[in-house]
Order: sequence, then structure tokens, then C-alpha cells
Amino acid sequence: MKQTFLRRLYFAAVALFLAAPLIVVAGVSVNEKQDLAFPPKGFSLAWYAQIFADPEWRKALIASLSLAVTAAALAVAIALPLAWFLWRRIAPWANVFQILGLAPFILPPVITALGMLTFWATTGFYGQPWTAVISHAIFFVTLPLVTLSLGFASIDRSLVEAAATMGADDRTVLKTVVLPLIRPYLVSGYAFAFVLSLNEYIVAYMTIGFTMETLPIKIFNALRYGYTPTMASVSVFFVAVAALVFGLIARFGDIRRLLGAMSSES
Amino acid sequence: MKREAPKSLADYSPLFFPGLMLIVFFVVPFSTMIAVSFFQRDPSGFYTPDFVFDNYARFLSLFFAKVLGFSLMLAVMVAICCVVIAFPFTYLLTKRPRKVQTIWLVCLLSVLSLSEVIIGFAWSTLFSRTAGITNLFVAIGLMKEPVALLPSFWAVLTGMVYQALPYTILVLYPALVRLDPTLLEAARTLGASPVRAFMNVVVPALRNTIVATLIMVFVFALGSYLLPQILGRPSHWTLSVLITDQAIYQSNMPFAAAMAVFLVLMSLALVGLTLLVGRRENAL
Repeated sequence: MKQTFLRRLYFAAVALFLAAPLIVVAGVSVNEKQDLAFPPKGFSLAWYAQIFADPEWRKALIASLSLAVTAAALAVAIALPLAWFLWRRIAPWANVFQILGLAPFILPPVITALGMLTFWATTGFYGQPWTAVISHAIFFVTLPLVTLSLGFASIDRSLVEAAATMGADDRTVLKTVVLPLIRPYLVSGYAFAFVLSLNEYIVAYMTIGFTMETLPIKIFNALRYGYTPTMASVSVFFVAVAALVFGLIARFGDIRRLLGAMSSES
Repeated sequence: MKREAPKSLADYSPLFFPGLMLIVFFVVPFSTMIAVSFFQRDPSGFYTPDFVFDNYARFLSLFFAKVLGFSLMLAVMVAICCVVIAFPFTYLLTKRPRKVQTIWLVCLLSVLSLSEVIIGFAWSTLFSRTAGITNLFVAIGLMKEPVALLPSFWAVLTGMVYQALPYTILVLYPALVRLDPTLLEAARTLGASPVRAFMNVVVPALRNTIVATLIMVFVFALGSYLLPQILGRPSHWTLSVLITDQAIYQSNMPFAAAMAVFLVLMSLALVGLTLLVGRRENAL
């Protein structure tokens, strides 16, 4: 009894720690006037409308969404053939590419950001919107690479063999057996990269920070000149998007398995 | 269809696009950065090609030593706080029903994916005078009037623990969820209390995992670049902040690159250490 109570208390404390700043932000986002007050004075959803109504915020929202959609797609396009090759073939040296794919994510982000900045400055493309797409795709390629490797590892090879025995060639096997089996992993890899790209600041800032604003850049720039409640409403919007995406992954996939629990039975 | 070695060039074709992208947009930028760290600073523009060690020589200043010392100290504190909070939590989490675990994992991922900008903004609000937590303390009579709790070292530390805690839990999760439950059952059968069984069986069994997680969180915390700026004073700036500052605001790319190379070497050495520790664990 006592132990259950202590455990609940512990879980509640962690939950409170994780939720507290978000609760306060959600609170200040509904203030009626432009104050930083909690509990909020009055109630208004005007600051949420502001994200879409104010041209500056809308521009940043569109920039962020287009960056995240394209960068995540490119990351998957890089990760899929690589993960497939590593699963299909025995080529130990090709693991070098796997390490290259994992490296940007493990190293402190400022390093990738600075590498990209020097590279784009040297090649003369610094500030072009598409440089951020490539930079983010490389930075987040780790996520689809990891989920897809898990996906390929989960395929029962006898299925593939059966298809091959029946005369299916590589391409047919890929299209009719392999791709349908790894689709959930493909989707979650894309979703992970999408959400993280949406939230990413430093790489975006160092590549396109002086020519355009994504939402995180916009929030940080606004923060330096003082407080506007739109920052709070945008933050709540971001939390909602992340929770929605990961909630959907959990609903339609097995998030415990993706995060390393051995199998869905355990 | 068995796994086989590639025979013809066509068999290698799936590698072309990923290989090309990773080499052109990761290996080349990375090498450019290393090259730039030996270049001469050009105050009017970016830099001029050269081969000098000036940028590295600047590491020998007291200022740099202070920033480095502070960054390391901060990252160590974040790593220890996170593992101390996260280890028992993750252990208990893996004992909960699958549905509860899934809900927690979704929440943890949502917090983990949050932009550092948003985390910084949220904590600066929570620590502010007008909307902050001290208003609550005033309301329940603990304090006379609300105060601002930032900028301060504790604000930076809290923000960074907040940022790294979900990461720590997710790094620990696979190891704990796969932990052989019979180990604990044996301890319980022999009469150990749950707490005792946890301390004397689970913790020692996962000693290497704990060390590896400490290092991973340490490297993760080294990468924090906005929280020290939003929640702290300039004296709380870390190496990552300094790199950004030199690159963007002082336009001293060569010095920024030299510091980045230093940070890479340090992180790589630590990640290598983690792999080594992990390998020993698997060999057991």
C-alpha cells in the first residue's frame, strides 16, 4: 500500500516537473491583454488566431512547415535505400555510411550547424532557403535510419525467400513484400524527422537565419525584444502538434518497440 | 532471398544517392570546418586560407579555461541529476501496464522534441516575477512578494535538466525493459524488500548502462546553446554558446571552428568510451 502510494507520488512529481512550464505557458497564452500574467487575466483565444492572422507569424509558420515537410522527405529518401542495402547485402564497409548517418545526431548540434554554415558560405549558397532543407535532412537522417533499420530487422526472411522461390525478382519483392512490411517504420521515421525539424533552431539559424525566419527563430528573435503572448500560443501549438504526431504513432504503431522494447509481446 | 555480397556495380546502386548526399553534405562540410579552424581571420569578411595554429593557441587563455570548466561542470551536474531522477523512474515505468507505458512515452517524446527556444521561454515564464512560481508561494503564504528567479545558475540547471530528462529516460528504457525479471524475483523470494532488491540487484546489474547513460547525457548537455543565454547571465555561457557567438556575432569563423573541432574530439572520445563500456556489458 505504502509503496504504491510512494510510487504514485514519484510519478506525479516527475509529471508535474515536465508539465509545469507548459501549464504556465498555456495559461499566459489566454491572457486577454498583452500581459505576462499567471493565472491569466481574462480569457481570450485571440493570440492563437494571431499565429495565422499576423502576416509575420503566418510567414514563419509556412516557412517552418515547408522546411519540415521537405527535409523529412529528403531524410527518408536518403535513409531508405541505405537501410535497405545494409539489410539486403553483406558489405561490412558500407557500415561507414550508417555511422555517417548517425553522427550528426549524436554530436552536439552546434557542430553540424557550424559545419553547414562554413560549407554554404564557402560554396556561395549561404542564405538560400533550400540549403536549410538539405542541412535538416542530413541532421535528422538518423531518425528514419534507426526506425527503418528496426523495421528491416523485424522482417521474417523466410517471407522474402518464399517470394523469391516463387520467381519474384528483387524489385517485385521490394514492392510487394518488403515495402508494405516496413511502411509503419517508414511513416514513424518521417514523423520523427518532421516534428524535430519543425522545432529545430540552431541549424536553421546558422543556414538561413539572416534571410528568413522559421517559427523557433521567430520566437527567439521576438524574445529578445520583449514578450508577446503569440510566443506562448505558438509554443502550445508546437506541443499539441508533437503530442498529436507521437500519439498517432502510438495508436497505429508500436511505440514501445520503436523505442527499444524487444518485441510487442514482452 | 539470402543476404549476399554485392556482385556487380548495379548491386551497389542503392548506395549511390545516400552515399553521395552524406559525403557531399556531411563529410565535406565537416572537413571544411576543420580546414577553416586553421585559417586566418579576415575582419572584413569571413576568413582567408592559411595554415596557422593561432585559433587553437587562444585555448590557452584564462577566459577559455573558465568557459570550458563551467561547461564541463554544468554538463556533469545535469547528467547526475537526470540519471538520479530517471533511473528509478524508468525502472518503475517498465513495471507498469503497456498502456501506461505508451502514454508516458508519447508525453516524453513530445517534451523531448520541443525546441530549446520553447523550453527556454517556458521556464523563463515560470521563473518570472509576474507569471512565475513565486506567485504561488505568495498565495500559500510562503513568501511575502513574488520575485524573479532568473537569470541565475539554478535557472540554467533546471532548464537543462528539463531538456535532458526525457532523453535520459528514453536512453535507459531499452536496457530496463529488457532486464531479466527473474533476477528481481530471485531477490524477492530470498526475502529482500523491493527497495533493497532494486539497490542490490537492479543497480549493480546495470552498472555499465548507468555509466554509459551518464556519458550520453553529458554529451547531450554539452550541446545546449540557448538555455544558458535565455536563463543565465553571460558568466553562465557554455562552449556551445561561445561557438555560436563567435561564428555569428563576432564573425570569427576560424576561432569558432577551432572550438567546434575541440568539442567534436571531446564528444567523440566520450562516445567511444560509451561504446567500449557497452561492449563489455554485452560480453557478459
